[in-house]
Amino acid sequence: MFNKIQRFIVADILKNRIVLAYTLLLAVLAWSVFSLEDDSHKGVLTLLNIVLLTTPLVSIIFTTIYLYNSSEFIELLLSQPIRRTRIWTGLFFGLFFSLALAFIVGAGVPILLFVTGAKAIILLVMGILITAVFVALGFLCAIISRDKARGIGIAILLWLFFSLLFDGLVLFLLFQLSDYPIEKAMVGVSALNPIDLARIFIILQLDVSAMLGYTGAIFKDFFGTGLGAAIGFGLLCLWVMVPYLVSLRMFVRKDL
Amino acid sequence: MIEIQHLSKRFGKFQVLRDVSLSCVPRQCIALIGPNGCGKTTLIKSILGMVLPTSGSILFKGKDIVKDYHYRHQIGYMPQKGRYPDNMTIGQVIEMIKDIRGSKEALDEQLIDEFGLHDILEKRMRTLSGGTTQKVSASLAFLFNPDVLILDEPTAGLDPLAAEILKEKIIAEHQKGKLVFITSHLLSELDDLVTHVVMMQEGEIRFHMPTDALKASTNTSSLAKAITHVLKQDHVQ
Repeated sequence: MFNKIQRFIVADILKNRIVLAYTLLLAVLAWSVFSLEDDSHKGVLTLLNIVLLTTPLVSIIFTTIYLYNSSEFIELLLSQPIRRTRIWTGLFFGLFFSLALAFIVGAGVPILLFVTGAKAIILLVMGILITAVFVALGFLCAIISRDKARGIGIAILLWLFFSLLFDGLVLFLLFQLSDYPIEKAMVGVSALNPIDLARIFIILQLDVSAMLGYTGAIFKDFFGTGLGAAIGFGLLCLWVMVPYLVSLRMFVRKDL
Repeated sequence: MIEIQHLSKRFGKFQVLRDVSLSCVPRQCIALIGPNGCGKTTLIKSILGMVLPTSGSILFKGKDIVKDYHYRHQIGYMPQKGRYPDNMTIGQVIEMIKDIRGSKEALDEQLIDEFGLHDILEKRMRTLSGGTTQKVSASLAFLFNPDVLILDEPTAGLDPLAAEILKEKIIAEHQKGKLVFITSHLLSELDDLVTHVVMMQEGEIRFHMPTDALKASTNTSSLAKAITHVLKQDHVQ
């Protein structure tokens, strides 16, 4: 039954101008990056940084705003004979599918055309996973606060934290603790930020991990192995599931 | 049919409903009235399962509603302020609700016809006026022939013609033996509709009695006058 809700939400979102603009933006960026760079390696790196900045931002903010704007619509669905969990999962997959589709159409097509082999697939999968993570975080933001302005504020802060502040903090720690052997701990710290996880994954695929110095070698040792990659992938999935399941629990008990 | 037992609801510091007990049977048309913020909408939302009670329970045909959501198949709800996804058309919204309900019984499209929604099925919800949106909400509430109708301020925002169509429809459905709940501030409008009055004040039920009995006890000819009479008496005391 929730497939129906999903279908309608996807149809609604795909007509949304912001999602169209997002698709277009990704397309323009990706096509121009690959046309300007002869070396697809460099192109992937440039695109990686752009994608890891824009995709989380658009995913979390759009999700949060969309959920606030559909509060009355959620009420309408609640008065219908549907289980609450179905409404919430329907909304989640609806939002995730449409934003992932925007990513695939915008960035995925040029990636598949210009990049070869496993790199293209990994870049694509990471983009989709990051979309899912930040859609899930958006669900958390929207349910935590009844006030729209505050919810969107939390969403922006989360994005700022994961994109900029977290790396700043890590750098600060690195300098402060540079006398100690903390390289191994860095692997653990990176698990706390989904964006970093995705970045490490792709950088390792590009064989430029030497750029990351000694820590890079540790990363390579860890994430380069099959088990490490599986753990990293699992961690990213946890980053989707935990925020989403927490928000679901709150939604089921919420008064609307 | 609907049995509310010692229902209490607290939002943080505010006690919105205090030990509300109410029993409703089919063939009643109940007006839920009371000042703003007395808990009318909270009571309605509790019946619909949108608000979860702090204590007490609600039974629908003898079954506790907390455990089962299927009872909502038998309820048609018209919210005070319906809002729908901006980009969907009227037709799509109606199709979606039909899909979700999955009802195999014959649909009651009378209101869709009479409100002339067939001609504007292609219009997007975003572009609709408040009144037209209310028409969509009303049509959806009646579409599935539910046993219970819950109408929150149904005529607010409707033009006189549409309000009259809706009133006729409410009367017709009530005469078929359905249970109807209406909240409204326009007492004069309720006069020819309702059989029972539930008056709420500060989260409690002041009284629940048949309209005739209320009019008789206050020696008045209309609902509006009877309610004013009761409120004035309060004032004197």
